[in-house]
Amino acid sequence: MIVTTGLTKRFGQVLAVDHVDLEVREGDRYGFLGPNGSGKTTVVRMLLGLVYPSSGTIEVLGAPVPQRASAVLPQIGALIESPSAYGHLSGRANLTLVDAAGPRVRGGRRNRRRRVADALDRVGLGTVDDRAVRKYSLGMRQRLGLAAALLRSPRLLVLDEPTNGLDPQGIREIRDLLGDLNASGTTIFLSSHQLSEVEQLCTRVGVVDRGRLVLQDELAVLSGPTGRVRVRTPDAGQAAAVLDGRVVHRDGDRLVIADADAALVNQQLVAAGLRVNEIGPERRSLEDLVLSVTGSGSDRFGRAAARADRGFSAEALVADGSGPARDAEAGGSSQ
Amino acid sequence: MIRVELTKLVRRPRSWVAIALLCLLPILVAVFVAVTHVAPPPGQGPALLSAVLSNGSLFPAAALAIVLPIFLPISVAVVAGDSIAGEASSGMLRYLLARPVGRTRLLVAKLVTLIAYVLFAVIAVAATSYATGILLFGDKPVALTSGGITTQGVIANSLSGTGLTPADVLLRTAGAVAFIAVSMLGVGAIALFLSTLTDSSLAAALGAMAALIASGVLVALNAAASVSPYLPTEYWLAWLDFFRQPILWRDIDRGFAIQAVYVAVFLGAAWANFASKDVTS
Repeated sequence: MIVTTGLTKRFGQVLAVDHVDLEVREGDRYGFLGPNGSGKTTVVRMLLGLVYPSSGTIEVLGAPVPQRASAVLPQIGALIESPSAYGHLSGRANLTLVDAAGPRVRGGRRNRRRRVADALDRVGLGTVDDRAVRKYSLGMRQRLGLAAALLRSPRLLVLDEPTNGLDPQGIREIRDLLGDLNASGTTIFLSSHQLSEVEQLCTRVGVVDRGRLVLQDELAVLSGPTGRVRVRTPDAGQAAAVLDGRVVHRDGDRLVIADADAALVNQQLVAAGLRVNEIGPERRSLEDLVLSVTGSGSDRFGRAAARADRGFSAEALVADGSGPARDAEAGGSSQ
Repeated sequence: MIRVELTKLVRRPRSWVAIALLCLLPILVAVFVAVTHVAPPPGQGPALLSAVLSNGSLFPAAALAIVLPIFLPISVAVVAGDSIAGEASSGMLRYLLARPVGRTRLLVAKLVTLIAYVLFAVIAVAATSYATGILLFGDKPVALTSGGITTQGVIANSLSGTGLTPADVLLRTAGAVAFIAVSMLGVGAIALFLSTLTDSSLAAALGAMAALIASGVLVALNAAASVSPYLPTEYWLAWLDFFRQPILWRDIDRGFAIQAVYVAVFLGAAWANFASKDVTS
């Protein structure tokens, strides 16, 4: 679906994107992660032909971009950074204009009203009134932006923070919608700071740091079992004795055991007459993983100021709620 | 895309407010002149205004002379300056281009919209001021004494003192409208080019106004006489020559030519810049 090779973008002296080799396959739910200013947005803009690469190639849906962007873009729905609309018009009027602005399709004008209604329906704005978008809440704007991306049923959705500004219910709704779309064959490329969002939706992740792709793999592989077992037991002391030497870590009633088989460990504990509250294989969390790959450079400059800067980025990555606010703060540097 | 852009222009309250203001100023002037019957003496104040008292059908030309120096260029610069920069600052530019709307296509649509706006604005001013003129000053064929010549059946004086028939006035006003529209297109082309350079529509509009004011200063400066024939505002008032008898074509032709050059150069620059630009707004 998306293949980039050696994708590089330089803005003057600043190397924003540095030899990125993305690979998004048909049917993927791809999570694109990275701290602020790491080049995520620039990559997304290059995929859509808005920013021209300095070097390297992009292939989207089998065609080179930006050379053949006009053939490819009609099959892509995009939400870029934040939703936009003409504030003085209603949501419906906005979608009608956006739909009319696209390339001509058969029956385009005849079916426009229906297409717009369908898109609004899908994102939960089906019965929205005619108020101007200026008066929309952040969540409604976000839904409207998604509706615009869904017009004309795209094969590929490129979304940047699609659940920004939505309440938990809205987030669940959008996640279900994206899941449904993906099940019916739409490939989803989701760029986000929100690790939990990516973890819950995506099957594959790419992590970008300082313009370089530092990690790209299946989420199932990345967050697979670590080969250790976590146990919570009120009889932690005795359990440690029973498991003799395999205890890697103990914190109150929680133990980490160097053993891949939770069932076996459980059997041993129960056989020894110990109570077990919780037991299960330990899994790598996406958060730890992302922090380890993007945080590795935290002292790369070797200076306190530079460290603080890195710390800020890493923090923005993991602090779910503050992600968008951080983004706004660092907006200048994120391009 | 052209249809979309025109819809956007029409559905934008600002377009209508600007045109209403453009039409209102000449009406205001007409009311004052009609009430007081004090017209500026010929050669002073807005051109042709002194002739209007005797016949209202000349008022469109006077009205155009009233809005031409500031009002009309401002409204054109605002619309043209907003064309790309406005989309950029509202965040819609990236969505339009990703839809996709080709960059050249978008620019052409913006240009066509601009032309429509300029024509509509100039014609609206001419039409409303014609109605105002007839209403307040009448268009009865009157005998005029001018330069010692009295002509029956002639409704208005040309600047040169000989009379003009109604058909003449209409034709000449149409010529003036066309000339002014083309001059405004020159302003629009400059603003459109600036609009592709910046993401701020205000900066683009003010930049175009600054260019005009600079040009105006230089035109008035004798020391800059060597460059003044190439400045955009040099022939702005040449349309007054449509109201001479016979029409003095020399400056009118040069005015059309210089505006054509400005339009071509700045549109070319706008296209070259926009088509190769990284859209990061």
